[in-house]
Amino acid sequence: MSTKHSRSLARIMIAPAVFALLVWMLIPLSMTVYFSFKKYLPLRGGDLGWVGFENYSRFLSSSSFWPAVGTTIFIVGSVLVITVILGILIALLLDQPIWGQGIVRIMIIAPFFIMPTVSGLIWKNMFMDPTNGFLAHLWRAVGAEPIQWLSHASVASLVTIISWQWLPFATLILLTAIQSLDSEQIEAAEMDGAKPIGRFFFIILPHLARAITVVILIQTIFLLSIFAEIFVTTAGAFGTKTLTYLIFQRVLESQNVGLGSAGGVYAIILANIVAIFLMRIVGKNLDN
Amino acid sequence: MRQIELKQVSKHFGDIEVIKPIDLQINDGEFVVFVGPSGCGKSTLLRLIAGLEDVTSGQIFINGKDTTQLAPSDRELAMVFQSYALYPHMTVRKNIDFPLRMAGLDKNERARRVQEAAKALNLTDYLERRPGQLSGGQRQRVAIGRAIVREPTAFLFDEPLSNLDAALRVVMRLEISELHQRLGSTMIYVTHDQVEAMTLADKIVVLQAGVIEQVGSPLDLYHNPKNTFVAGFIGSPKMNLLSGSEAEKLGAHTIGIRPEHFTIEKDSGLWEGKVGVTERLGSDTFVHLHCPQLEQAITVRADSTLSVEYGEKLYITPDTDQLHKFDANGLRSHGQT
Ligand SMILES: Nc1ncnc2c1ncn2[C@@H]1O[C@H](COP(=O)(O)OP(=O)(O)OP(=O)(O)O)[C@@H](O)[C@H]1O
Ligand SMILES: [Mg+2]
Repeated sequence: MSTKHSRSLARIMIAPAVFALLVWMLIPLSMTVYFSFKKYLPLRGGDLGWVGFENYSRFLSSSSFWPAVGTTIFIVGSVLVITVILGILIALLLDQPIWGQGIVRIMIIAPFFIMPTVSGLIWKNMFMDPTNGFLAHLWRAVGAEPIQWLSHASVASLVTIISWQWLPFATLILLTAIQSLDSEQIEAAEMDGAKPIGRFFFIILPHLARAITVVILIQTIFLLSIFAEIFVTTAGAFGTKTLTYLIFQRVLESQNVGLGSAGGVYAIILANIVAIFLMRIVGKNLDN
Repeated sequence: MRQIELKQVSKHFGDIEVIKPIDLQINDGEFVVFVGPSGCGKSTLLRLIAGLEDVTSGQIFINGKDTTQLAPSDRELAMVFQSYALYPHMTVRKNIDFPLRMAGLDKNERARRVQEAAKALNLTDYLERRPGQLSGGQRQRVAIGRAIVREPTAFLFDEPLSNLDAALRVVMRLEISELHQRLGSTMIYVTHDQVEAMTLADKIVVLQAGVIEQVGSPLDLYHNPKNTFVAGFIGSPKMNLLSGSEAEKLGAHTIGIRPEHFTIEKDSGLWEGKVGVTERLGSDTFVHLHCPQLEQAITVRADSTLSVEYGEKLYITPDTDQLHKFDANGLRSHGQT
């Protein structure tokens, strides 16, 4: 992008893509906003006319709203922390020349290829089932009472499942970042007297800053709309109702499209607040 | 005092023996240059001393202590890398400070030493910049600054000037030489540039294919090369190495004659040749001659006032008391008289 000419040419070239994206985004967005101002009950009379901001105030004042926001933030935050920390550790491990590296790498990546619904079911039935699950057997083997994972530690269980799913993504991005670190820098740090811990905190971690921001940004976008894992495990019970799940319940279980759409608009606002925060951090990190 | 000593040190990468068992002594305060063609194992040898590679066999002593198994951070050596390997996310100040910080020195002492190093290297104005905002020469100085602050036992340099342009290289060469005079500490310097080797070194180690061909002072290597490899490697332009019947006549399998050891005449001489390319450097002129009696072209140094044309005939006679004689194995058969 050096000259004025090439810049304006570039603008013309990307115009169709920008237009397609706009249409793609604007139509669903405007429909959501449109329905959010209507009383629309598909099975109970259909379109019952304009109601102004009533849907918005009802969605806000519903007793499930604030808990849902809290759950959403808690789940997203915990998953981010877990995947980034474990991701860095596993990436460091995978960067070492170990025996069977190729196979280990593929196995580490595997969870990412499993559909969210399937992974939810696997965890629910094979690991967390209180009578027949692997964890229950493990608990019994050491003489402890099996835990009712999905009812007594529901949020923690969900965080585990979602982290397991997203860990490969974080690991992969962080691994490529670690591999892009100039080995002479590590060697220079060794010569300068830095021990492994020092090398990690002073050289490797700063080098990873950019990759970590990218992981956080991308994961947040996807984690805010997590749904299938909740649907197949707890179905929103035991305090696992996120904002997305609440909207789903309003639209499909209560058959109230207007109310759900209002919730959708709130979700958009929440996502944008998060996005603005993240963009500031990312902007700072990507600048230098 | 022997400060760094290698005893039968060798290195294999897989099946390839990159360094054949080597013995080498480096004395306190010496400026030692490892020189040799690309891929001969200079960097590997330096990295073995630094501890960045493990030796396959042999021992390395630093200050009389066996350091073969020690980690690089415990050997108290400092290294300047070819790519400088500065930490891009730290300012120049933090880069230079890093070894001191790792050594756990007191804050005031650290600030004082960084300031001192920056002053010595003309970096005071750049302390708050990042490496990315510096020129090649400045980066080079930061890398040297990072090496000197810790006052290490010895400095290791791996082709530190090869990323700089020719003019800057000469300047930095002088600066490094001055630094060595001022600090008086041991320096080991790797280069494939024999001019750098000749100008900097107290002692040159000529390597070829993982073997030390000769160790000696620059002039010693220049005047008494042990074999044809060293003879051809040291000196610029290269020594003329002739074998065949003309060499037999002078009593050796191979004879070596430096370009400056010829008498040039226009009408008579031992060998007659046709002038090929002439390189005029101002102070000297190097003439490439094609002589029918000899198998290869001969380079001779002539006075800059000599005027010759391409294709002209010229006669040359080697100074017989400046001949280097080598036997069939390429070894020096007879000292220079
Ligand atoms: N990690 C490695 N694995 C396998 N072979 C290696 C490794 N490092 C170096 N070698 C080989 O060892 C030989 C010596 O390498 P080295 O880097 O010491 O050469 P050098 O003399 O420094 O050359 P240059 O002047 O090009 O830097 C080369 O043939 C190289 O291919
Ligand atoms: Mg090298």
